[in-house]
Amino acid sequence: MLLFEVLLNGVVLGGMYALLAFGLNLQYGVARIMNLSYGEFLMTSAFAAFWFFTLYSIDPLLSALFSVPLSFVANWLIYRLVLTPLVRRAPNRDALETDSILVTFGILFVIQGTALLNWGGEYRGYTYLAVPVDVFGATIAANRLLASSVAYALGIGAFLVLRYTRVGLALRALAIDPIAAQLVAIDVPKLSGLAFATGGAMIAAAGTLISMFLSFNPSIGVIYTLKALIVMILGGVGSMLGSLVAGLILGVAENLGAYLVDPGLTLAINFAIFLLILLLRPKGLFARG
Amino acid sequence: MTSRLFLSAGLLVALAVLAAVPWFASAYVLAVGITILSFTVLTTAWAAFSGPSRYVSLATSAFFGVGVYSVAVAIDYLPLPVVLAIAAAVGFAIALVVGLATLRLSGVYFVIFTFGLAELTKQVMIWYEINQNQTLARIVFVDTSTEQIYWMLLALAVATLVIAWGLRRSRYGFALQVIGEDETVARHSGINTTALKVLSFALTAALMSLAGAMMSLRFTYVDPNTAFNSFVSFQVLIMALLGGVGALFGPLLGVVPLVLLSEYLSGSFPYHFNIVLGICFVLIVFFLPTGVAGLLQGWAHRLTGRAS
Amino acid sequence: MSDELLTVDDLAKSFGGLAAVRGISFEVRAGEILGLLGPNGSGKTTVMNLISGEIAADRGRAILAGGDLIGLKPYQINRRRVARTFQLVRVLPNMTVRENIMTGVLFGADPAGRAAGRTAEDLMQRVGLGTLAGQPAGQLTYIEQKRVEMARALATQPKLLLLDEWLAGLNPTELREGMALIEQIRADGVTIVMVEHVMHAIRRLCDRVVVMNAGAKIAEGSPETALADPEVVRAYLGTDDA
Repeated sequence: MLLFEVLLNGVVLGGMYALLAFGLNLQYGVARIMNLSYGEFLMTSAFAAFWFFTLYSIDPLLSALFSVPLSFVANWLIYRLVLTPLVRRAPNRDALETDSILVTFGILFVIQGTALLNWGGEYRGYTYLAVPVDVFGATIAANRLLASSVAYALGIGAFLVLRYTRVGLALRALAIDPIAAQLVAIDVPKLSGLAFATGGAMIAAAGTLISMFLSFNPSIGVIYTLKALIVMILGGVGSMLGSLVAGLILGVAENLGAYLVDPGLTLAINFAIFLLILLLRPKGLFARG
Repeated sequence: MTSRLFLSAGLLVALAVLAAVPWFASAYVLAVGITILSFTVLTTAWAAFSGPSRYVSLATSAFFGVGVYSVAVAIDYLPLPVVLAIAAAVGFAIALVVGLATLRLSGVYFVIFTFGLAELTKQVMIWYEINQNQTLARIVFVDTSTEQIYWMLLALAVATLVIAWGLRRSRYGFALQVIGEDETVARHSGINTTALKVLSFALTAALMSLAGAMMSLRFTYVDPNTAFNSFVSFQVLIMALLGGVGALFGPLLGVVPLVLLSEYLSGSFPYHFNIVLGICFVLIVFFLPTGVAGLLQGWAHRLTGRAS
Repeated sequence: MSDELLTVDDLAKSFGGLAAVRGISFEVRAGEILGLLGPNGSGKTTVMNLISGEIAADRGRAILAGGDLIGLKPYQINRRRVARTFQLVRVLPNMTVRENIMTGVLFGADPAGRAAGRTAEDLMQRVGLGTLAGQPAGQLTYIEQKRVEMARALATQPKLLLLDEWLAGLNPTELREGMALIEQIRADGVTIVMVEHVMHAIRRLCDRVVVMNAGAKIAEGSPETALADPEVVRAYLGTDDA
């Protein structure tokens, strides 16, 4: 029974890992920007939920109505104002990747620095929906269950959109070959901007959700960017399904690891799994076609 | 031949002047000097590998932190020279493992992994500290004077510059450049690309760890968050790009203005430096016509022009 | 049988479900120019990549002077005196012509020490690049870049030279000069395997040819006999036109 609970918690955790990666899949897989400031938007929306709840007693989930569109717009602006010139003049894919990593590295410090300045470095948190729920005999907190369910729903939703809608088709074409996509009248810059902005919105949603049960400070952005990166690369860049599976594997492995080894070493476990799989299958589990 | 002589004489004079600084400078100037020397080591070492090979490493802070902690952990039990050797060896070993694992993959994965390395080492260190000592911070008692630290760093900076110079002039430095231009060509022209990349990466990491170890002697209080601070990686990157990775003294040209700027801001606006630097960097990359990659290429070109 | 330089034995490679090379075997005799022919997608470049170590083989051997090349890394193969050029010409764009060639001189089979510079000079003269020594290779014309690549490959002092469509995209004058250069290289004692589509060059230069189609060898022999083989004609033109 205990093992089942550990596994179930792993599945729940896995859903959230997957959610972390969806947005990055859009930003890197479609818009081709390796965004190191990705996790900062999770951090800012976590803080937003915190301030909404503690200062104004507003339901933290409602803060998503504020954080998610804001993150969408912010990321859209970053793409249009800062990244588009880079995309336009990059002589090749490698140069663009290097440039985009470094520029977003800079943006990371701008956002993180501003947050540190205004909110200080100490950890914040709040409790919301921390009621235990019984699932087939195992106990899970309601907020985690909610976050995980939203994650899986978003994942499946994203998958369906990509598979069965015109926009989804255009996004997939863009992910495979931006030049060819232009030749079939896809507005590449606009769609890339849309993908990038949507990625930012998704990670903001993740931030609101996890703030219900995890504590946070302005420096946590980097950790989540890394976790998202690991899940994305393991599952194969651009593949939502791959992210779901990779997230699941990581979630279960981490929970087992935390149970067997030590909770403080979660990032190390993630990295170890990451390294192992990269050594065996350099293109990830579900490499992009 | 005589111009060479003049150059060497000039360098020796400069070195003598720098060595004499502790005797005529105020404590504040000495402190700034130490910071400049430390960043000179970090940036020159970074440029020695990432410049020619174009493998952009964001792991500087990981190796620096390793050096800091080697001293913090071992200084109570072992003499300083041994501790320094340990710091260099640990930095070398970690870079060896990381290099072997990630330098085989494409350049992007390398950047990502080095980015994660600082965070990873920080987490491991936090876990270790909490489990071993129940506290995050360590108190370090050393009796090395500020002057001695300055001279140690000066020696290290000179050694780093000599190593970087030697590498550039050697076949291995040339081979690193070939790797940066086109790794496939390098592979098929008899260059053992894996060994060269990994070993030179590890060598520069050892130098960074030594810098961290020496700087650690100045801190009485050490904790993982300050020792493994990604911002150091960022600063080194900017300094290298600003000063230019192509010339031997290029990194130094980037170090001095940025350290001075940081000093100017840190008094009144401690957190603003992060933000200002971030914005500056975004603007620099934004206005560069060929981007950062182009900057690396451009410096390579300048290097070439001279060599012919 | 003692004059074969390279023996390829049952070499095979699949990419996912696609069998690019299906167990091919052939010999390359010392001092000859062997043509490796076939329609697009027949696996010729894959064979080159397997022999030069760029990709790993699923099975098979490539024996050169008693040692198997399969399983070795590219730089090790190069040090065993196998050099190659690439289908899409690869020069080091920001480095000078001289430096491009020095790459081969410094790291090939017999790394020249102080004689390095002179060796590079000789090679530049030999391929006709004498006046361009100080130019960044990225600024050269197509044929000039091909010469740089050739010189760099020769700088590693190969016994076996693999040319991947080196004569492609040349005008008649350049083609004549290119073919003359290849003959000269052979006269200097280098064995050559060339993947080629230029029929004129194949007939003029190749002592023997191996023809591939869909990953397998379908013909072998002198250019005249092999190219007249009905199956070869079918492979190139397609069944409907044969």
